[in-house]
Amino acid sequence: MYSEKVMDHFTNPRNVGEIENANGIGEVGNAKCGDIMKIYLKIEDDIIVDVKFKTFGCAAAVATSSMATELVKGKTIDEALRLTNKAVADALNGLPPVKMHCSNLAEEAIRAAIDDYFVKTGKISKSKTSCMGCCEKCHVEHGEE
Amino acid sequence: MDRYIYLDHSATTPVKKEVFEFMMPYFSEKFGNPSSVYLVGRESRKAIDEARDSVANAIGAQSKEIFFTSGGSESDNWALKGVAYANKSKGNHIITSAIEHHAIHNACKYLENDGFEVTYLPVNSNGLISVDDLKEAIKPTTILISIMFANNEIGTIQPIGEIGKIAREKGIYFHTDAVQAIGNIHINVDELNIDLLSLSGHKFYGPKGIGALYIRKNVKIASFIQGGAQEKGRRAGTENVAGIVGLGKAIELAAQNVEAYNSKLLNLRNRLIKGVMERIPFVRLNGDADKRLPGNANFAFEFIEGESLLLMLDMKGIAASSGSACSSGSLDPSHVLLAIGLEHEIAHGSLRLTFGQDNTEEDVDYVLEVLTPIVDRLREMSPLYERVKRGN
Repeated sequence: MYSEKVMDHFTNPRNVGEIENANGIGEVGNAKCGDIMKIYLKIEDDIIVDVKFKTFGCAAAVATSSMATELVKGKTIDEALRLTNKAVADALNGLPPVKMHCSNLAEEAIRAAIDDYFVKTGKISKSKTSCMGCCEKCHVEHGEE
Repeated sequence: MDRYIYLDHSATTPVKKEVFEFMMPYFSEKFGNPSSVYLVGRESRKAIDEARDSVANAIGAQSKEIFFTSGGSESDNWALKGVAYANKSKGNHIITSAIEHHAIHNACKYLENDGFEVTYLPVNSNGLISVDDLKEAIKPTTILISIMFANNEIGTIQPIGEIGKIAREKGIYFHTDAVQAIGNIHINVDELNIDLLSLSGHKFYGPKGIGALYIRKNVKIASFIQGGAQEKGRRAGTENVAGIVGLGKAIELAAQNVEAYNSKLLNLRNRLIKGVMERIPFVRLNGDADKRLPGNANFAFEFIEGESLLLMLDMKGIAASSGSACSSGSLDPSHVLLAIGLEHEIAHGSLRLTFGQDNTEEDVDYVLEVLTPIVDRLREMSPLYERVKRGN
């Protein structure tokens, strides 16, 4: 049911762990729904110089976390903010339909971590994360751009 | 892959070689329609009669009380709908439990939409119904009690004898879904006052797509398939002769071997449970420690998700199953795990391992050897575990 790419990122996830002096941390999802994604960012001069994740969830959740970290590593904040759930899923050669919400989670986790960075650096006053990544509770539309 | 260890015998079992060989002639050689009068037809008829005797013998019933179906789900549907519609004039109330198989629950839902009333008895944290709850739920309109013999996920065995006694005293029909129990536990329908019983061939080394419904003599039940005279006209359609022959052989072997099989599985399962509890922290055993199927072990590992666990085990050659939402395609974990009071997040981390004839103690030791590092690895990746390690 999973592509080889998904299985590769599930068995050998990239960037697992924590960053001690992270300046952007985002956590989305809900244990009740079966997945939680936590992203740590180290941002210097608007560039994501390091990124790590921790995920509680199924193989698709782990693989999308891993792929999302790969896609934003070394990118500027603006580039990272343009990351879409579709881009994550496409980079994994697709996800089964029932697992598409996992890619939303990855997109939202990255955004939440960047929001946190903005708050910490005083660029915005408070976090305005719109999606907490829990599909049961979520009313946010995710674009298929 | 070095090893392959199948630990999902509650999902299905392989067809025993003897069973397969016994079935073989009934595909091409002895292919006759059992309803035909000539030799090959008569041969098929005889084979079906013998299989019916084997099923009847295995559960202490009479042959004429055994009706072949396509399997457990059909038997459950027939029992519920057949009794409900045939006894509508007596009442419209059915009692079942919160942890039944979907074949029971969804048939109940169907009947609820058609004017029947269903009580779903709760279970305690071990998955057992309360006999007092059952007594209290009985109304003058109650026409059927349907309680599973043993649960497919957590293996809990219900107090079937007590339930049967109450049902008999009150004059209410008692159906049990014994799909998981047959072959594992000795069952006698008279001793236990069972009026209807569902069973399925592939759970005890018979073929898939064949099962039976035991219907006690004089139980009022509607026919399930209208058509020809097969199965006394109650379940019409040309018989699945090879399947029936296979079911008969499988249940005959299972009944002969039930005690030895039971103690073999018990030993393996206890070895596994002991090993897991000793080696892995933050784990609980789901279901009752004693009143459980001999081959069933079901654990909830905190902070990790079941599908990830299954895939990691699969890579190590171990086939198992989980009640996690992610392995079922829905967002909710298994209704059974929620009914025994597990939090959603803990239910997501459940793992079911069910033993069978070919498993050995070495298999158990191998599982213990690979399971511990897999659980560790997934926990190291889990933000939930991180919180626990930090003490908040």
